[in-house]
Amino acid sequence: MNFVEKFFDKQRPKVQKGAKYHWLASTFEAFESFSFVSDKTAGRKGAHFRDAIDMKRAMIVVVFALVPALLFGMYNVGYQHFLSHRESATFWATFFYGFWRVLPMIVVSYVVGLAIEFAFAQIRNEEVNEGYLVTGLIIPMICPPDTPLWQLALAVVFAVIIGKEVFGGTGMNFMNPALVARAFLFFSYPSQMSGDMVWIFDKGDAISGATPLAELAVGQNTSTSLCDMITGFIPGCVGETSFIAIMIGAFILLVSNIASWRTMLSIFVGGAIMGLIFNAIGSNEYMNVPFYQHFFMGGFAFGAVFMATDPVTSAHTNTGKYIYGFLIGVMAVLIRVINPAYPEGMMLAILLLNVFAPLIDYYVVEANIRRRKNRVKLASTK
Amino acid sequence: MSREIRISKGLDIHLLGEANKEIKDSLAPKSVALKPLDYIGITPKLLIDVGDKVEIGTPVFYSKEKPNIKFVSPISGEIQEVKRGAKRVIQEIIIKNDNQNTYKDFGSLSLASLSKEELKNKMLESGLWTLLRQRPYDVIPKEDTLPKYIIVKGFDSAPLAVDYNFALKREKAFLQLGIDVLKKLTDKTIYLSINPQTTCEDILSLQNVEKICFKGKHPYGNVSIQAEKISPINKGERIWYINLLDVLTLGKFFTEGKYDASKIIALTGEELKFPSYYRVIRGTAIEDIIKDNVNTNKHLRYISGNVLTGTRIEKEGYLGAFDNQITVIEEGDYKEGLGWMMPGLNKFSVSHTFPRGFFARCSKKPFSIDSNLHGSQRAYVFTGEFEKVLPMDIYPMHLIKACLSKDIDRMEELGIYEVDAEDFALCEVIDVSKTEIQTIIRNGLELMRKELGE
Repeated sequence: MNFVEKFFDKQRPKVQKGAKYHWLASTFEAFESFSFVSDKTAGRKGAHFRDAIDMKRAMIVVVFALVPALLFGMYNVGYQHFLSHRESATFWATFFYGFWRVLPMIVVSYVVGLAIEFAFAQIRNEEVNEGYLVTGLIIPMICPPDTPLWQLALAVVFAVIIGKEVFGGTGMNFMNPALVARAFLFFSYPSQMSGDMVWIFDKGDAISGATPLAELAVGQNTSTSLCDMITGFIPGCVGETSFIAIMIGAFILLVSNIASWRTMLSIFVGGAIMGLIFNAIGSNEYMNVPFYQHFFMGGFAFGAVFMATDPVTSAHTNTGKYIYGFLIGVMAVLIRVINPAYPEGMMLAILLLNVFAPLIDYYVVEANIRRRKNRVKLASTK
Repeated sequence: MSREIRISKGLDIHLLGEANKEIKDSLAPKSVALKPLDYIGITPKLLIDVGDKVEIGTPVFYSKEKPNIKFVSPISGEIQEVKRGAKRVIQEIIIKNDNQNTYKDFGSLSLASLSKEELKNKMLESGLWTLLRQRPYDVIPKEDTLPKYIIVKGFDSAPLAVDYNFALKREKAFLQLGIDVLKKLTDKTIYLSINPQTTCEDILSLQNVEKICFKGKHPYGNVSIQAEKISPINKGERIWYINLLDVLTLGKFFTEGKYDASKIIALTGEELKFPSYYRVIRGTAIEDIIKDNVNTNKHLRYISGNVLTGTRIEKEGYLGAFDNQITVIEEGDYKEGLGWMMPGLNKFSVSHTFPRGFFARCSKKPFSIDSNLHGSQRAYVFTGEFEKVLPMDIYPMHLIKACLSKDIDRMEELGIYEVDAEDFALCEVIDVSKTEIQTIIRNGLELMRKELGE
């Protein structure tokens, strides 16, 4: 590592204030702090030591948690392709077919997104925040494998600038940027974002290619077996299909204490309760779908584990997280079943509750404030 | 039987370098320093000049805001230097020791014969009033105010802190007199906070106090947490607190009739060869104590106080006014290649992303630490972590943000009066965003104090 350190030391004067390449200062800092944890020490007064965890460590854990779903997604892209052409391929051929389809999406997402992040960090004279390491990986995972790259790039631009930077950057945004990207694609290019064609890359004619959600939305019962939904060998967004792979990610996030179990648990509880209510009404095919099946279809599990738990856009108080999660679960199933225009309710449910999360927090914190005020009143009447 | 209060949240951090249970004397320092900056809200006005002779108990400066409160010399000798910083703010007043130990005479000090007013004047004159502190704001109380109640801190829960059982053994008579002084001074309820480890009979048998046994983890030794459980500090209310170690000084003064500025401190930290207890003079130069006692082959950080709330001082520096501990740790000014990605088997962490962090809450194996920040400042992203280490009915993140935005009404609503910077020390330690939370809270409190008065 010594020569890397020397390299950075040599370049540092060139990006200092007033120097020729000062406009690259944030970029320099980002790469340097990526290579080396800085030698900054604690201040004169206060805590003189710190926990070893930093934002990079926390974000890399989330990236690790996404990897099982991503790898499975790559395999499934290949699997669905060959299935639709009635061709058979070896395991590795299948995987690499998907790998070469998904990789460009990831590269586009990271390059475009990080370039904007670096530019904004420089404008603000700040260090680059690590949040996009996760967002940039999630965006390709929640898109159909057939998404044109230029559309993806446009969605990333929209999500990072309008979804995050205009509000002040990482930590200040109120909507999950990855979902903003998804919503942008969904509403701007509906023909390429839904229907039977998009879920399989270069689809053949052998299978219909409709997702279980799409089938249910038009009033047919789904032909997909529950087992396929859980393992994930179904057409769908790159990373969303396999319940098992997502649950491995959930396990990593919960054990490492990075994501809130309160949010995650209450989403599933909310979804289950809404599902049970529909089961009780049971007036059409969709309402009769067993409540647990909602967890395995579409983006429910992926959203619950990776997107609703985004600590910035979820409720910030612990009490608030229960309410926030519960309502996401309820809304997701409600939108799915009642509104046939949007087969996938999860994206809209999370975005909706992102908007309401500050309101939920407001009332939770207000209760604390009221307790305090009542105490003063009580003390003064005594 | 004492009342018991259980506090479930919090975090005990076990560190290397606990002081051995033996007391060494170091009562003749070359010099001592008074540091006005240790006292919040004090603008010092000097009563002496460089070169003047002082006795033990001679007033050295007073506070511009509270002119009756005097700050006195803990040794006899000569004023050597007045160190000033930016804007000529007085940083340190250094007094050279002449080893004569001559005492200023304070007249008759029999508690029974003194009236309440006389008692107060004696304390103001002798500088002992400065041992008292008020919440909110952590300032020395004004002499014309009275508290709602007084808390005597009977244990310290910070890492490597002084064991009061050991330091106050066989001091019962002094302690009792100190308590009686406080009682006579205010006539308010005095709560003595103890914990289950308090076994010293000299503490347990004190009269005139209501003993409350706190069970839990750090910061349960902090006054704010104790006050919230006893009776929360509402707007407009004040409480006073004093450390039991300082009650001893109070008791000695009224017993012996002279100002005895000695106290017992713990010399701790993993970079010390022989961590142990020392009997020192308040404001002592630390050079003599740490000489030949530290590992010299490393870059070290000397801290007056504990690792959570202390102040970094130089090797040639002086003990802070309220500190009962000196901690020496390694200065973490090194770079670590890809450190955020490495397994970090032995790193200090309470987060589950590091192996030892996983067991930090149940394992008592001590950690080795240094002053590296392990990252740089970021926006606040994670939520729900601070709540785990702040055992109060307070939303820490919301309060921190209110302080940052200097929103006085919001701070008040969220309970700024009930807390002090030290309560957020653990939040600062575990903060993923590496912000200086104690400074943020202190600035918030100072803003309130300046806008609304003490």
